[in-house]
Amino acid sequence: MDIQEVIRQQVTSNPVVLYMKGTPQFPQCGFSSNAARILKAAGAGNFLAVNLLLNPEILEGIKVFANWPTIPLIFINGEFIGGSDIVTEMFQSGELQALLAKKD
Amino acid sequence: MSKIEQMRDHLAALNPTHIDIIDESHLHAGHEGARSGGGHFKLHIVSPRFVGLNTLARHRVIYSALGEMMQHEIHALNIQALSPDQI
Repeated sequence: MDIQEVIRQQVTSNPVVLYMKGTPQFPQCGFSSNAARILKAAGAGNFLAVNLLLNPEILEGIKVFANWPTIPLIFINGEFIGGSDIVTEMFQSGELQALLAKKD
Repeated sequence: MSKIEQMRDHLAALNPTHIDIIDESHLHAGHEGARSGGGHFKLHIVSPRFVGLNTLARHRVIYSALGEMMQHEIHALNIQALSPDQI
């Protein structure tokens, strides 16, 4: 399957997806660590975390898919939300919690 | 030209009324991404171009202005992007 199709299926079949370096338990980058922490705090529940360090094809593919150059990347209900700074801002304003409360 | 000067050059296209770039690469020395040579930067920018744009769209405008620099020179960028009416 084409890598863009793999990504499309991941983000549409999971309500919340975090593309990160490392895992939520063992993040390998401060920004990825922050994004995982924020999602948990905002009530994302069991989200899909994709470790890009173990998936170099997805690492390259996701930058094209989202047209976004940096990691991490957060998707909610199939929609690209942004990176670490954006979810942090949305958490502080309460917007993230509201969006997660509506997740499928 | 230093990376910060190059970034300022690229971002001049957004007619910023304020721009501040801090190199935080030293905070990330030894980390996986730092090995590729890309720097970690913190950017504070105020530009009339951001009026009416949400944060995602503002970040896209910045990434687009930085262009190729995002591929190699910049590994991570912490962004605070405000419109003039927000300060």
